[in-house]
Amino acid sequence: MAIPIIYNLRNLVVRKTTTAMTALGIALTVAVLVADFALVNGLQEVFRRSGNPLHVLVLRKGSNSELASSVNREVYQNLREQPAVAKNSLGLPMASPEVVTSINVPSSASARGITVTLRGLTPIGIEMRNVGIEQGRWFQAGQREVVIGKSIARRSGRAGLGTTLRFGKGHWVVVGVIEEQDSALSSEIWGDFNQISSDFNRSDSPSSVLLRVADAAAVPGFINFINEDRALKASAISERAYYDRQTVAGAPLQFLGIFVAIIMAVGSSVAAMNTMYAAVSRRSVEIGTLRVLGFSQGSILLSFLIESLLLSLVGGLLGCLIALPLNYFRTGVGNMITFSEIDFQFRVGLGAVLAGIAFAFIIGAIGGLFPAHGASRREIVDALRGA
Amino acid sequence: MIRFLPLVLKNSTRNRRRSALTVASLAASLCLLGVLMAIYRVLLFGGDPTPAQALRLIAHHKVSLAQSLPIAYVGRIQRIPGVRAATPWQWFGGSYADPAVPRNSFARLAVDPSQTFRVWPEFTIPDDQRQAFEQQRTACIASRALASKLGWKLGERITLVGDYLPVVLDLNLVGIFDAPEATEVLYFNHEYLRESLSVGSLQRDTVSQIMVQAAVPNDVTSVAQAIDALFENSAYPTTTESERVFLLNFVSFLGNFKLFLLAISAAVTFTILLVSGNTLSMSVRERFREVGILKTLGFTSPLILGIILGEAGVIALAAGTIGCIFAWLLCSIVAQGAPAFIPGIKNLGVTPLIAGLDLLIALLVGLTSALLPALSASRTSILTSLRHTG
Repeated sequence: MAIPIIYNLRNLVVRKTTTAMTALGIALTVAVLVADFALVNGLQEVFRRSGNPLHVLVLRKGSNSELASSVNREVYQNLREQPAVAKNSLGLPMASPEVVTSINVPSSASARGITVTLRGLTPIGIEMRNVGIEQGRWFQAGQREVVIGKSIARRSGRAGLGTTLRFGKGHWVVVGVIEEQDSALSSEIWGDFNQISSDFNRSDSPSSVLLRVADAAAVPGFINFINEDRALKASAISERAYYDRQTVAGAPLQFLGIFVAIIMAVGSSVAAMNTMYAAVSRRSVEIGTLRVLGFSQGSILLSFLIESLLLSLVGGLLGCLIALPLNYFRTGVGNMITFSEIDFQFRVGLGAVLAGIAFAFIIGAIGGLFPAHGASRREIVDALRGA
Repeated sequence: MIRFLPLVLKNSTRNRRRSALTVASLAASLCLLGVLMAIYRVLLFGGDPTPAQALRLIAHHKVSLAQSLPIAYVGRIQRIPGVRAATPWQWFGGSYADPAVPRNSFARLAVDPSQTFRVWPEFTIPDDQRQAFEQQRTACIASRALASKLGWKLGERITLVGDYLPVVLDLNLVGIFDAPEATEVLYFNHEYLRESLSVGSLQRDTVSQIMVQAAVPNDVTSVAQAIDALFENSAYPTTTESERVFLLNFVSFLGNFKLFLLAISAAVTFTILLVSGNTLSMSVRERFREVGILKTLGFTSPLILGIILGEAGVIALAAGTIGCIFAWLLCSIVAQGAPAFIPGIKNLGVTPLIAGLDLLIALLVGLTSALLPALSASRTSILTSLRHTG
């Protein structure tokens, strides 16, 4: 027969200082883990929203980023005529040659400014992205004008609507701000393909070609077709997969977070063990009494284990609460693939919270197992004597 | 006070299991704190620059690290007064052997062999090996750490397959150099890379960065300014900064490590406070009666306070020592496993300063946490404590 859980609850309340201190220790550990998950989650979300499953990105063979790629204009001409490529309402093939590089934008926070991805694209490229302008207007073809992602405008503090940026061969006017998307595109600056490619001497070699395939089922076949055509010297990848690969940008911080959480867990499970041993030794007489009343060794073991788990549950919930305000926290990490910064928001999702609670339970189980086992194995007579 | 040390020690080991668990728990936190401080040091502090480091400058494109500089800049920089040596510094990227195997990732750079050991005077190499590197086009040299990691011997054939530089390079290992700090790097001849690139390729005439060694410390700032002034109005303006500043900026690009490290360290320190405070108050509560007996024997309140604080100190220092040892172990594991692009990570280690700080924090936090229970015990009247029934 099981000992009622209310017994454990009351005991935790009676020793409220010890309970609070131990639970808080567990809470901090859980908070670190949840924060780490929220960081990775936020970053993944940004990249997940960036890739359209119907889009295929064509790079030069061997390149793994747009920044380090250049595709011949002929390749673009060839690919846009492929039957698998979707057409827009005007009957034009949805194929966008793009030139991508990174530039430096002044920042109010750092004298060095921040590094941002600059993308030169044609009206088709904008149409394929399906984004709107929040303030101002789109850049005009043939003009030295750019539009700026909202995240960049916010992070920079000094580049916004109406300001002038200096890059390439001269000055550019910011004529619009791209609406908030929480995608990697919000961390970019866009301008006219011809203007930008001539400034960077890339007129005959766009960085990449983005294609929309009419039918989702045809995407893998189309990718294979491009990869196997040796004459093209190009490699194709789905846009989704391209962005998925970039989540490694958060790897150094992610590694640090998990590393810290595991070591802290060792510390807090040992601390929980200490608290539970103290609980067992203080309640020696009670344990003896319970045994005399007929509760089995198993129910004593279970009872103390449950008490430890309850303690860790309090800690786990508290830890999630501590991490919750992070939801409003934005930061940027350097992306080693595009060599520019990605702005993202922490996301404390259900997954992170569940992982945090599970983590707390593991800490509680490790901390409670040995003391509970010790309690259940005591001789009744010794226990009653309080020795 | 010293004569009560045996009593303090005896008290600390009275409940062996509890003391051991407390020490273990605190040691885990202190070990973590040590590792975090070590990471902070290599990433954001970097220690004092060595004389050679203090003289080294990096010139890169003003706008972004992703943009290159014309190779002709190297010669023009070499002619600036106060410059001892300058070399192109071209990141090769690409892959060696099976790129999926982590140990095959290391830094590969194209440089000017005749300038290499003047820009990095702290590197040492036998003269014949240095000459071979300068004379053979396809020659390459590796740092000792890299050569021993991959088991390379002199004469090893090394094939690098490029990605954004679309070439395959067949290199011959002619030398292994020693560097004062652990670094995994392979240098090869920039001329060979240029020849391999197709004529007319834009990449043929550009380099990622240019590394410069100034002649004397007083010149460093003026040389940096002279380089930037020289190219200010060209199509490729430069930013020239010391190696130290460059690395710090690169780390801040990777992410806001400073804030993350400080936030986590604060959480860890607070955990230590909780754990230590919890244990100490449990011990003191159990010995309430005993305190009364000690007082009847003539122990004064301050003395009792000292004895309890002493016990906290002993436990904290024991934990600090164990924590430092584990931090040292962990640092060497992390240094082995961390990706090579994080600057300085291969030098991660617990320095005497970090160990000292760690012990100091242990002691301070231990004493602080003991203060409350110790004060309440020492202030309680004899009667109350003797009446106490645990």
